[in-house]
Amino acid sequence: MSDRSDQVGGDLFAGVRHAPRASIAETSEGAQELATRRATSPDELGREAGAVLRIPEGKVLDTGDVDVERPTDETMIINMGPQHPSTHGVLRLMLELDGETVLRTKPVIGYLHTGMEKTAEELTYVQGATNVTRMDYLSPLINELVFSLATEALLGVDIPPRATWIRMLLSELQRMSSHLMWMATNGMDLGSTTMMIYGFREREMILAFFEKTTGLRMNHNFIRPGGVAADLPDGWEDDVAVICDTVLRRTYEYDELLTGQPIFRERMEGVGSISATEAIALSVTGPILRSTGVAWDLRRTMPYLEYAQLDFDVIVGTYGDNFDRYAIRLNEIRESIKLVRQIVERVPPGDYRVQDRKVTPPPRARIDESMEALIHHFKIFTEGFRVPEGEVYVAIESPRGEIGCYLVSDGTAKPYRLHIRGPSFVNLQAVPTLLRGGMIADAVATISSIDPVMGEVDR
Amino acid sequence: MGLEDLQHNFLTGRLEDLVKWARRNSVWPATFGLACCAIEMMAVGAADFDISRLGMEVFRASPRQADLMIVAGRVSQKMAPVLRQVYDQMMEPKWVISMGVCASTGGMFNNYAIVQGVDQVVPVDVYAPGCPPSPETLLHAILTLHEKIRTGAITRRPERPGGEPGEQLAGWVPESPDAVRVATPR
Amino acid sequence: MTGTAPDVAADTVVAGSSLPDVPRATGPWTGEVAFPPRARYHELVAAYKTSGFEQLSDLTAVDYLTHPGRTLAPGVEPERFEVVANLLSLSLGRRVRVRVQVPEDEPVVVSLWDLYPGAEAMEREVFDLYGVRFDGHPDLTRILMPEDWEGHPLRKDYGVGRVPVQFKEAPGPR
Repeated sequence: MSDRSDQVGGDLFAGVRHAPRASIAETSEGAQELATRRATSPDELGREAGAVLRIPEGKVLDTGDVDVERPTDETMIINMGPQHPSTHGVLRLMLELDGETVLRTKPVIGYLHTGMEKTAEELTYVQGATNVTRMDYLSPLINELVFSLATEALLGVDIPPRATWIRMLLSELQRMSSHLMWMATNGMDLGSTTMMIYGFREREMILAFFEKTTGLRMNHNFIRPGGVAADLPDGWEDDVAVICDTVLRRTYEYDELLTGQPIFRERMEGVGSISATEAIALSVTGPILRSTGVAWDLRRTMPYLEYAQLDFDVIVGTYGDNFDRYAIRLNEIRESIKLVRQIVERVPPGDYRVQDRKVTPPPRARIDESMEALIHHFKIFTEGFRVPEGEVYVAIESPRGEIGCYLVSDGTAKPYRLHIRGPSFVNLQAVPTLLRGGMIADAVATISSIDPVMGEVDR
Repeated sequence: MGLEDLQHNFLTGRLEDLVKWARRNSVWPATFGLACCAIEMMAVGAADFDISRLGMEVFRASPRQADLMIVAGRVSQKMAPVLRQVYDQMMEPKWVISMGVCASTGGMFNNYAIVQGVDQVVPVDVYAPGCPPSPETLLHAILTLHEKIRTGAITRRPERPGGEPGEQLAGWVPESPDAVRVATPR
Repeated sequence: MTGTAPDVAADTVVAGSSLPDVPRATGPWTGEVAFPPRARYHELVAAYKTSGFEQLSDLTAVDYLTHPGRTLAPGVEPERFEVVANLLSLSLGRRVRVRVQVPEDEPVVVSLWDLYPGAEAMEREVFDLYGVRFDGHPDLTRILMPEDWEGHPLRKDYGVGRVPVQFKEAPGPR
């Protein structure tokens, strides 16, 4: 760069500033990356190709399946991400290609690792919801719900019914907004910018309701151990009714735009398929598992809150391909609307959080009147409330699958260990199986149909 | 003979205004959405808040074609070199908006994993606070950036070590992204 | 001894409703918790798998360095690390938890990858953040931290790494 003056036209270039060479900062992740075939053991080759799932127990890897002996110069390893236009966050995919066909895939994650589980050990249970809510940032209320359920299980408190029903209402609205967001970004990945605008338009209605109720559009910190932070605002039934009617009407617009459209169908049907055995073996849950035909939805099979009292269908697919997952999410929006309408009729009056002053801060007005209320308020917000010693694993159904919270308490006011089982973290293990044998052009659509949210993958 | 060599006088004043008008009215952002702030950034790009009226709805995938990098979200230690590489690939003139508290200062995550402020890695022009900033806040940040472009010099250059304009910048390397790594704490 | 697993070894302690002293959660999240010795861990999980626990929900670890006196089932020797696996049976609609003690001087455990391929990423995460190695894992490399990172961040003797800021002192006593 600095010796351009030696070249042709040396005097012409002298004195002109050159832009500095682009940074050569290393972004390789060493052993975490996909290595060439020569550098990879046959076991790992099999694993990366997804062939390990097809091995019956006791057998050795069938080298014919994964073509171990293929010379390296026939294949090409390319890198997608971590910064790339598909809007699924900082996921890096290394793909081994033979022409246009994808052979092996390796997702490299960790680009959004925030140390949230370590941070959780420094925050009290009152503050914990603010931390947990930022993991799966497309359905924050569900993260808060699983954390609150885990804390309440260890505390041994009973939540008033109104709080439970409010939580259910918010969970279902959250599921709707997450699936609408998915439909928007999925449409965008397939090239339909109209769907992106439509999806966000509907989502804004739901976010406006959240802002009215919780104060924030995202990362609400509203569902807390003990109940919810505040009661629903006046007129909420009308707002919710408008949301339900509008969104339901518009899901039929999406049917016209996408579902019946031949190009969409051809791009989605048969692409990225996975079988039920493979999905269960890979610990995959949520719409991906349901698309393979397994009717596993925690709201139905292991109900929490009051889902056992409500009437809704579990949407199940047949082929395990992208189109099934799209159809499942679209219909889950409709099922959520159905659930919200039932919840609206059945929310009972009452307290919105448990009355135990040791857990729930007293109403602000009472602080002026009662010394005890002031002391409780102070203790809860400085030290926090102590949770009895124990450990629990709570799992609920998030829009992406089973989200679990493994909470260990040592009797103090801060969790000893908080682990969130992120559904996307586990679902990403299905990527090699889903992409294998497909075209690279389908890779973006398939990744999109897994619906990964990197916040909960990396935590 | 580029714009950099223009002497500032009354003849070129109008030309500068024209250049600055052109630059601020079609600032094309690079996609650098990382976490929750990225969702709000996408909401700004959607119909309700419409960044297209500012000429910015084309989020360029390639940093070579982008003018603005909106760092939306928390930057982890693993991502910092990638951030620097993308910034370096952008062509001058370029600007950086640090969106959200995580990008501005590390936010609520003051720990081993998050870079405490993206200005340790790239020079930032506008900071937008919020967790996440609502779309109105981001629009305000963008308009602040427009103001900065409108009132700034054309040939604004970030500070460089040992370089005077006109001098050959031999062997210039950007500050090493390793500098942002917090040492293994005790 | 409640036996979901048909051939639970004699020195495996299975807790649950039959063990009133072990603290556990109440309500719908109560379940069976098994405490196998490290040598029998794989065998126990395989037995659970054949008796209907088709899916591994979650595999994680806990570092009990600053809480050594936790309550365990009687007959279980506490160690520094504990690897916790949560199994799910779709056919029975039930969960079971397996907690195996892992000593600090030899943090190695058998991998569950051959039973449940879904354990791969979970075990890598445990290795990355705790330093517990898994025998038989195909690709035990870091997954969340950069490859050249030193240390295992979630261990209790690894600091949070907080940068000092104005108006906020060090974290208070627990």
